[in-house]
Amino acid sequence: MTTGAPAAPAASAAVAASAADPRRSTAEAPALRIRGLVKAYVPGTPVLRGIDLDFAPRGITAIIGPSGTGKSTLIRCINRLVEPTAGEILFEGQDLTRLRGAALRLARRHIGMVFQEYNLVERLTVMENLLCGRLGYVTPLDAWLRRYPPRDVERAFELLDTVGLGPHAHARADSLSGGQRQRVGIARAVMQEPRLLLADEPTSSLDPKTSVEIMALVAALSEKHGFPVIINIHNVALAKRFAGRIVGMTGGRVVYDGAPEAITDAHLQTIYGGEDWLH
Amino acid sequence: MSAAARRAFVPNWWARAAWVAFALYVLYAASQLEFTPARFLAGIEHGAKFVARLFPPDLSRLALLAKGMAESLQIAVLASVLGVLISAPLALAAARNLMPAWATWPARAVMVLCRSFHPVIVAILFVKAVGFGALAGILALTVASVGFLGKLMTEAIEEISLKQVEAVRATGAPFASLVTYAVLPQVFSRLVGFVSYETDANLRNSTMVGIVGAGGIGGTLFAAFQRFDYDFVCTIVLTIIALIMAGEVLTVRVKRVFRA
Repeated sequence: MTTGAPAAPAASAAVAASAADPRRSTAEAPALRIRGLVKAYVPGTPVLRGIDLDFAPRGITAIIGPSGTGKSTLIRCINRLVEPTAGEILFEGQDLTRLRGAALRLARRHIGMVFQEYNLVERLTVMENLLCGRLGYVTPLDAWLRRYPPRDVERAFELLDTVGLGPHAHARADSLSGGQRQRVGIARAVMQEPRLLLADEPTSSLDPKTSVEIMALVAALSEKHGFPVIINIHNVALAKRFAGRIVGMTGGRVVYDGAPEAITDAHLQTIYGGEDWLH
Repeated sequence: MSAAARRAFVPNWWARAAWVAFALYVLYAASQLEFTPARFLAGIEHGAKFVARLFPPDLSRLALLAKGMAESLQIAVLASVLGVLISAPLALAAARNLMPAWATWPARAVMVLCRSFHPVIVAILFVKAVGFGALAGILALTVASVGFLGKLMTEAIEEISLKQVEAVRATGAPFASLVTYAVLPQVFSRLVGFVSYETDANLRNSTMVGIVGAGGIGGTLFAAFQRFDYDFVCTIVLTIIALIMAGEVLTVRVKRVFRA
């Protein structure tokens, strides 16, 4: 295992808040364990400079940090939409960074993802978009002919009701509003029966009221179905309100890891730099 | 700041010189080929005599006409179907946004090869290779269809939103499902447009490949020209126009069905 030096948060202001965090029960084995994760799109200029994080099998973890600090890259390394340069990502004991082909697809089935711009297939119906979440489970021929197990279809209708889009099942995705689209995006991810949900700035394209509703929906579904959530978010207030743990990143490193209540202006200065914006 | 630096429009002397050179070349080419008003008038007089001999159309050989037209139609439809079946997977293989270089380059090479020659040249090759008749015509137009449909489809696939592809990929979908759920919906309506356009082109070309012995009405048309049966030529030409127009109406209908 590459328990490298970057493990220790470099910045002095990175208080050892993690040790004091009551939420991190030592009894439960982590669902996800990241060790020494490095990603350099251009060799020699890493975006992620050695990330070590453990995620419990429950609860919401918010990752905050300035734009371009590698939050999206970190999330995309987990489900390998981005190839990590070095390090390990252990999900349920399996190193995701070593998986290829069919094994990688099988692992991805259990990792749902929600995107900033929803990333629905615009020309498919809401129902078809939801059933996209089952594509890892049905054969390509059955998928093409729209032959899904009745159980999947029932589940899709139930989820549509849960996210409040029951009447829109047959509407085309591009006819929905932003908030509605994100609800479909979330429902699609939950259709996968995920054991981990990744969310990349899910509220950044939405108005403040809808943002809160979307976060509440994610929290409720996480609670109900019992999957942990890792969420990149710009809005610190939203992060504090919904997350049980906050990870602050800057310059490709983790500089804060702890409870939302424990985060101070000093921490935020370390994470985002400057101070004028705080007042 | 100096006056020169503040000029709103900077003259491009190289472009001006290029335009002048181009105009001079057009004049030179016209003089070389005796493209003169006198020659043009002589041609019009000859044309008038030809047009006079076209009418009235000869309606005595309708069976021959029907047989040739039916064969042309069949050549066009079969070539279009084969063209779609071959070019769709080829276009997928050639799309740079989905496939690695080792797949795109050979696929692109095949398409360029298919587009290298005019359908009539390809028809001559196939007549030599497989003998006179409709088979040569079908193969020639299939090659042309693969060339054009492949290129257009490849471009359509390369313009899709990769965000949608990324989302479907993140669900753990196998590649074939990724294609049917994230790629196909984004390009389908454009594909319908391309295929109807290519069918239209095949319909026109299928009336021509017969001139070189590759089946269809073209052979009949060419024979009529050579025997100076200009009245029968007129009948054939009018029928071809009617067929192309009918095809146009049909493709508009088909597109409307798929856009809805």
